[in-house]
Amino acid sequence: MERLLNFIYEYRAFFTFLLLELSCAWLVIENNQYQSTKYFNSSNRLAANILGFSQGVREYFSLRTINEELSYENAALRTQLEKKNQQIQGITDSARLNQFEYVSAKVMSNSTNLYKNFITVNKGAADGITPGMAAISDAGAVGKVKSVSEHYAVLISLLNVDEQVSSVIKRTNQFGSVRWDGLNMRYSNLLFIPRHAEPMVGDSVVTSGYNAVFPEGVLVGIIRAVNLKEETPFWDIRIELSQDFGRLAFVEIVKSRLKSEKDSLERITIGDPK
Amino acid sequence: MSRSGIIQFILFFVYVFAQVLVLRNLVLFNSAFCFLYIAFILLLPIELNSLVLMLIGFVLGFTIDIFYDSMGLHALATVLVSYLRNSWLATITPQGGYDSNSSATVMANGLQWFLVYSLPLVFLHHFVLFFVEASGFALFWYTMLKIVASLMFTMTTIILLQYLSPQRRRL
Repeated sequence: MERLLNFIYEYRAFFTFLLLELSCAWLVIENNQYQSTKYFNSSNRLAANILGFSQGVREYFSLRTINEELSYENAALRTQLEKKNQQIQGITDSARLNQFEYVSAKVMSNSTNLYKNFITVNKGAADGITPGMAAISDAGAVGKVKSVSEHYAVLISLLNVDEQVSSVIKRTNQFGSVRWDGLNMRYSNLLFIPRHAEPMVGDSVVTSGYNAVFPEGVLVGIIRAVNLKEETPFWDIRIELSQDFGRLAFVEIVKSRLKSEKDSLERITIGDPK
Repeated sequence: MSRSGIIQFILFFVYVFAQVLVLRNLVLFNSAFCFLYIAFILLLPIELNSLVLMLIGFVLGFTIDIFYDSMGLHALATVLVSYLRNSWLATITPQGGYDSNSSATVMANGLQWFLVYSLPLVFLHHFVLFFVEASGFALFWYTMLKIVASLMFTMTTIILLQYLSPQRRRL
């Protein structure tokens, strides 16, 4: 026993090193798993305030574009309102009518050039935001909420190699998944479109609504290149993301009122998700 | 706490703030990052105990992780560099040894020696950082491009700052 202790003491630097590296590795692996409420990320108040200050300085240089975007968004919202008004006649189920509620949030920090990009926004649990909700902008899909604190939330961006969004080609109704490859912040890939489908350059790709996280039909991107290799069962499809993540200033977090109902129904019939 | 200890304590926050507020937003050509904070580990006093060094490395990396939303990633790379730093310093001791209470700077030991000292350690840091982030070698050449570009950016910044530091001793 004494020799063992002596041995450990002699190599204490190495053992400390192992211990620290193992705990780091554990943190890395654990963080890769989806959705959680954590304290040690940019949603904690001090970190978010510091990042918000940095973003605030940067925003002075892009006030003009932000203003333009806001006015576009206003216009888009007005047309949407008009459309909704016309749809309302005929639907009587008020839960269905108010299925989605939108919370507008300001971007505090955003990265686009890592492999795993995250966005911090200034709305959190106090505004009813929980992990798993979708985030969209007027241009299109942005991401999902990964973790929340009282007043801030961290979104997992579409520019994250771990993130997949169930999507559909609008023209042909073929289902697939959009996943980023880590290379160019303007382009992403649409996976799992089978050989017999006929995707074309210029088709729009929208969210499918199968997962009830995103509302159905939110624009994700436009197909820019299609390619079918001899041996693969699926098409290679490259899409241009409709949201330019380099200029993201405001997002809307989508609260889905019917999600829990849909989930619990599916759990009863299909069983727990893996 | 001694006077130099207090200075190091303040420098810790200077490095963290510089990294988080300025350099985090400064990415050249979408691939060259500047992880200046690693210079804090490289420039700590030579005689510092490697246990203490690793703990400082862990705290530093973890603090950076909070702002980059990358739990454990920077801590992993920084602890590795802190662990290897002292053995590497012992391996490349210049003739006549180091001055007591000195740091491994360009001013104390010359530019050539400093490059031999810091290049491998910074490269290792970037290598671990980018490949763990990419979780694998799938995008090998693109990741290597990022590593080399970032290495040049970080090294240039570290060396320039040493020539610019007011006391000509250490920043």
